[in-house]
Amino acid sequence: MVDVTPADAVPPAEVAEMELYHPHSWWTKYVFSQDAKVIAIQYSATATAIGLVALVLSWLMRLQLGFPGTFDFISPEAYYQFITMHGMIMVIYLLTALFLGGFGNYLIPLMVGARDMVFPYVNMLSYWIYLLAVLVLASSFFAPGGPTGAGWTLYPPQAIMSGTPGGQDWGIILMLVSLILFIIGFTMGGLNYVVTVLQARTRGMTLMRLPLTVWGIFTATIMALLAFPALFVACVMMLFDRALGTSFFMPAIVEMGEQLQHGGGSPILFQHLFWFFGHPEVYIVALPAFGIVSDLISTHARKNIFGYRMMVWAIVGIGALSFVVWAHHMYVSGMHPYFGFFFATTTLIIAVPTAIKVYNWVLTLWRGDIHLTVPMLFALAFIVTFVNGGLTGLFLGNVVVDVPLSDTMFVVAHFHMVMGVAPILVIFGAIYHWYPKVTGRMLNEAMGQFHFWVTFLGAYLIFFPMHYIGLMGVPRRYHELTATTVMTESANDLNAFISIMAFLVGFAQIVFLFNLIWSIRHGREAGGNPWRATTLEWQTPETPPAHGNFGKELPIVYRWAYDYSVPGAKEDFIPQNMPGSFGTSREPA
Amino acid sequence: MSVILVFLLVIAGFAGWWLSHQRLMAKPWLEQGLIGDTIGLEGSALPTAKIGLGVFLAVVGCLFALFTSAYFMRMALSDWQALPLPRVLWFNTGVLVLSSIALQCASVAARRGEIDAVRLGLVTAGLTALAFLVGQLVAWRELTAGGYLLTANPANSFFYLITGMHGLHILGGLVGLGRTTAGAWNGTRPERLRLGVELCAMYWHFLLFVWLAIFALLAGWAASFIEICRQLLT
Amino acid sequence: MAIALVLVLVVVGSVLFHFLSPWWWTPIASNWDYIDNTIIITFWITGVVFAAVVLFMAYCVFRFRHREGNQAAYEPENKRLEWWLTIVTAIGVTAMLVPGLFVWNQFVSVPSDATVVEVVGQQWQWSFRLPGKDGKLGMSDTRNVSPENPLGVNASDANGQDDVVVEAADLHLPVGKPVKMLLRSIDVLHDFYVPEFRAKMDMIPGSVTYFWFTPTKTGTFQVLCAELCGQGHPLMNGVVMVDTPEDYLAWLGEQQTFAQLSAPQQVGSAE
Repeated sequence: MVDVTPADAVPPAEVAEMELYHPHSWWTKYVFSQDAKVIAIQYSATATAIGLVALVLSWLMRLQLGFPGTFDFISPEAYYQFITMHGMIMVIYLLTALFLGGFGNYLIPLMVGARDMVFPYVNMLSYWIYLLAVLVLASSFFAPGGPTGAGWTLYPPQAIMSGTPGGQDWGIILMLVSLILFIIGFTMGGLNYVVTVLQARTRGMTLMRLPLTVWGIFTATIMALLAFPALFVACVMMLFDRALGTSFFMPAIVEMGEQLQHGGGSPILFQHLFWFFGHPEVYIVALPAFGIVSDLISTHARKNIFGYRMMVWAIVGIGALSFVVWAHHMYVSGMHPYFGFFFATTTLIIAVPTAIKVYNWVLTLWRGDIHLTVPMLFALAFIVTFVNGGLTGLFLGNVVVDVPLSDTMFVVAHFHMVMGVAPILVIFGAIYHWYPKVTGRMLNEAMGQFHFWVTFLGAYLIFFPMHYIGLMGVPRRYHELTATTVMTESANDLNAFISIMAFLVGFAQIVFLFNLIWSIRHGREAGGNPWRATTLEWQTPETPPAHGNFGKELPIVYRWAYDYSVPGAKEDFIPQNMPGSFGTSREPA
Repeated sequence: MSVILVFLLVIAGFAGWWLSHQRLMAKPWLEQGLIGDTIGLEGSALPTAKIGLGVFLAVVGCLFALFTSAYFMRMALSDWQALPLPRVLWFNTGVLVLSSIALQCASVAARRGEIDAVRLGLVTAGLTALAFLVGQLVAWRELTAGGYLLTANPANSFFYLITGMHGLHILGGLVGLGRTTAGAWNGTRPERLRLGVELCAMYWHFLLFVWLAIFALLAGWAASFIEICRQLLT
Repeated sequence: MAIALVLVLVVVGSVLFHFLSPWWWTPIASNWDYIDNTIIITFWITGVVFAAVVLFMAYCVFRFRHREGNQAAYEPENKRLEWWLTIVTAIGVTAMLVPGLFVWNQFVSVPSDATVVEVVGQQWQWSFRLPGKDGKLGMSDTRNVSPENPLGVNASDANGQDDVVVEAADLHLPVGKPVKMLLRSIDVLHDFYVPEFRAKMDMIPGSVTYFWFTPTKTGTFQVLCAELCGQGHPLMNGVVMVDTPEDYLAWLGEQQTFAQLSAPQQVGSAE
């Protein structure tokens, strides 16, 4: 954050007049590019690459959990390093970066009818700092002592002590530095996403005509801009504790019989700061998914999204409410027990706008004309997994129910279902949906079907039974589940089954990656608007869109984003930039 | 965490005020064609750069509000011992106020097109800001010499941490100010220069405000103020 | 088409799994069957919602799948329906929240006749301290911890002299008597968790947390650590034995007090 000086924030004044920076060489066109679409692809590729590392780590973890004692190389230290890196990469470096840096960069300018982001230079810097953050994170694998094994929550005091892998080595320091870099880089990108939506919408594009994708990404970005500083503060203070010996979070401690120098600090303070970021983070990932899935369902069911206004209000409401629920992650942390009443109530209130969104998705299907394309399949699978994971959230949000379930495998199953599987299914759906715009070709349908079925059913079979292992009382973050008496013989078999499913699902992702590469050359030609969609990105003169997006003149918007199957219209969709009045009776009887 | 919640409430107030002007209750499917009154619904008339800086300052404000929250929560624990504030901080505050005034003058001059006054204002602002940073370093050295080391007490740790964070933001601002100042000599277009000067002034005023808040916090006035409010409420 | 069938199978399979699978919570051994009941209420409400939403979706996919000449209906919103759904959802949420808050109130209100037991966590073992005849625990501080005084009891506090210290061994509790567990740690975060008691709470170095329960069944129960506390986390097991009152007194008689534990060592060091 420190690095964004006002001078960097000064746009080249040209942008206001929509003069773009024109690249002169291959380097400035494809590497140090200021075109949001190129930056989007750079973000996506980097996120996918580091995401693959996290996928392999999950396989290693499942090897250990499914077949304990079989793989000697997975020591407790290694296991805790795997879970920490897997969690942190997936939540921050993959999901956040892909939804906001990837989809945000690609879709916002196209969907609001802008030529580019408003501060292209800052936008480029954002990516390069993100890449640096990823490299610092990855370098911790090669540092002495390896990466940190403190769990993705990085709770002090253990995170910076010698009983935790990387605690007194380089691991934790590299992790904190990488997070600080990520936040600086993200802030630069985030400023762009927000101000572009505020200032660069084309003529006629009022807020209530924005596609829900933009609403989701826009709200999530504002939340991220306000929530990431909390993680920044926590990281800086922990870095001080670890490197300079201060006692922000460190109380008096006897470690292995020896009194440490620290004293008086409060580990709970860290938890408050962490979750003040950490809970909004869940919605930072979820809201873009909500937005995107709304557009997928509407387009592929050829029907306007049901209750558009309610959907917008729900997004804004969820975004605001998510800042006052953070301590539901801390019911058994030892904070004052009376906080439990307040935070359980706010948490369960947030279920209401969330439920409204679910109803509106399924009501959009009602009396639709549902094309079961691959994006639509992923959207349907998202609803199943999101409803499932959201409902188990009602268990954990209800303070007293959380007491036996917190820190068990139930929690692991819950958050994987709701913020792992569900948003990733949306990402897949979105890639199948927008790939033709990015490359001009369709993804292979057969490979897509295979990818969908294995991913959806496999993921459900992994995480649905896992809830019940947690219900038995089996704690999470155990290297050896067999060490507990609650773990039965049959539950061990179930764990082996879950592990096999995990390998299968992982394999399907490799097919998907192959499809992404194969289809660039061999996919069917898509044309400009293969899904017959209304939003502006499908109306560009060229596919893939050229630098500047819309050719000579920016489109003018005459209608909302959901004019599908309007009675009396010739076609079952009317693009947003199509002038004229269509339809006989627009007010439903 | 009450400080950050109050801060976010203010942000939410702004957001709510802005949203209330965006016709969120409209039924968009009934409105076809170019809506006659889309003017005012198509982004603000302010330059985009100012909006961008405004959003960025909200993020910076959030950062310092969080540091303040952490400060109060840590202060409530038993090992806290307030440290005496070095006198030089008063001087530094005066210098930073001067710096802000100089930029304000430059900004007025830029509006009138008086390029010499702009240059004078920019240079004065830059030098006073540098003086402020030097003054902060003097304050650090005084404290260290007095035995108030970083790790000795959380109050000390917070002092160095928060003043350091603020100093880094000033330093970042100086980079921007330097570029604008260079532009004032290299014959940047007047409207471009004016925007640059105004952005610098905006950033400077904000950092001055943050400094005053931090000063009140570190001097302990903020804590006593909150205590008085609490007593009034109960 | 296949997707409609699979959606139905997902619901049917999930419900069957819930009722038929052998994986369920361990038999309860404390008074917190209130918590179990709240979980059951939540299971019913959420289960019905899950089945309803997914089955409705399956029906839509089957009934409104694309066929030549189909056209989707045009319906931007339906105020009435949306309000009804909101109200029904709010009722469902309240039905889960209200019992939950009532039970939480019980969970945090310790009965006045509860006896106190202190649990001290450290990497990676459990120790315990019980008040002696005076019924009071002496003060303690992590700064007092030494090889002779592993729990950091304040030696100058008279209340602490008769405290029973159980270092890295099993804890015994009498059946049917409410206990307030005072939780303390001398190094990192831990979490005292016995699945059969349903209750758990983090222990934080530098402060004392608590929860209470009444053991209702005699037997031997495993203590687990439920907060990642370093590489020995999964091995941080302990044992709580819930005894009949006679057995409990017999066990208590064999334990040593803080004064007894520190006395011989002082002699030893003087020699």
